[in-house]
Amino acid sequence: MEQKKYMNPYLAGFIMGLVLLAAFYFSAEGLGGSGAPKRIVVSAVEQIAPNHVYNNGFYNKYSKDGEKNPLSNWVVFEVLGVLAGGFLSGAFSGRLKLVTEHSPKITSKKRLWMALIGGVLFGIGSQFGRGCTSGAALSGMAVFSVAGYLTLIAIFGSAFIVGKFVKKLWI
Amino acid sequence: MGPLVKMGEIATGWDFVIAFVIGIVFGIAMEQAGFSSSKKITGWIFGYDFTVIRVFFTAAIVAMIGLVVMQYVGWINFDELFINPTYLWSIVVGGSMMGAGFAIGGFCPGTSVVAVAIGKKDAMVFFVGILIGVFIFSEGYPIWEELYNGSAYGQLLISDVLGVSKGVWAFIFIIFAFGTFWGTAAIRKKYAHKELDYNN
Repeated sequence: MEQKKYMNPYLAGFIMGLVLLAAFYFSAEGLGGSGAPKRIVVSAVEQIAPNHVYNNGFYNKYSKDGEKNPLSNWVVFEVLGVLAGGFLSGAFSGRLKLVTEHSPKITSKKRLWMALIGGVLFGIGSQFGRGCTSGAALSGMAVFSVAGYLTLIAIFGSAFIVGKFVKKLWI
Repeated sequence: MGPLVKMGEIATGWDFVIAFVIGIVFGIAMEQAGFSSSKKITGWIFGYDFTVIRVFFTAAIVAMIGLVVMQYVGWINFDELFINPTYLWSIVVGGSMMGAGFAIGGFCPGTSVVAVAIGKKDAMVFFVGILIGVFIFSEGYPIWEELYNGSAYGQLLISDVLGVSKGVWAFIFIIFAFGTFWGTAAIRKKYAHKELDYNN
């Protein structure tokens, strides 16, 4: 099947805005992303070493001495929905393909190593930032939070500067 | 009146169903916009594709105006919404790391999930990286706990800081966003030729 074109960005943004509004209307929390991997990690560590989780001030926020299941949370189900929605959209538009997308200037092996490093940085950064591009920046901006705007400036500003040093990875 | 789950107007259990449905539409919107391709979403850094900025700012405007209107007509209690608190230096450090992670890895958590969904191996590796990053942060938490909880300003609203109403801030942001839409369209014309054919 031939790939369909991408949606007009303003229309996609409009739909995303309505989804964000719906998320606030129902859950009060807006949209999220990094909350799901965080809870996966807390849950996994709790399975292996429960006492380690209860003694760590950060892990235990999401487990509360084992009384709460870290995965039983709004953002976990929302991100599962994102996975399902992404799959449906990709299937509809003929974009389902197991592939490593990379610039012709680098090998796929290098692309995968860079993706891993980038993921680690994003994983650590999203904890300091108390949320990622969707949870802290986008949702925060919509509720007029200073934190949301600061997060936006920090992420986009840093990406722009660092991007100049890793230009070869992309163009 | 919303937020429905918090105001106890929805039975427990249903909130996860709603979360899943909202996630599906969010995922479809991101994938249809092209957020499942790191080539496309890093394009704004180099001037050949500004989809991310257009989608992002449009979504922020729609939600912002929507919340102002819903508060005005009494459909939502703004005070019950989650306002992410401002921890100045933690945000600066975290945001900078996220930006670097984006420039190097080509995704953010949400976009990596939609890219995983359509089969991007680079996104799968990126997501594993996020898990490792969260693990590193959590294990080292005692070391940076002070930074994480320091410079706390509480739930600051930008409209309150500037001493304007929410409507006025929304208006200022719309002007800024439209200026950005116009400006980036001009930049794109200049740099579009730099876009490379990726071998998928």
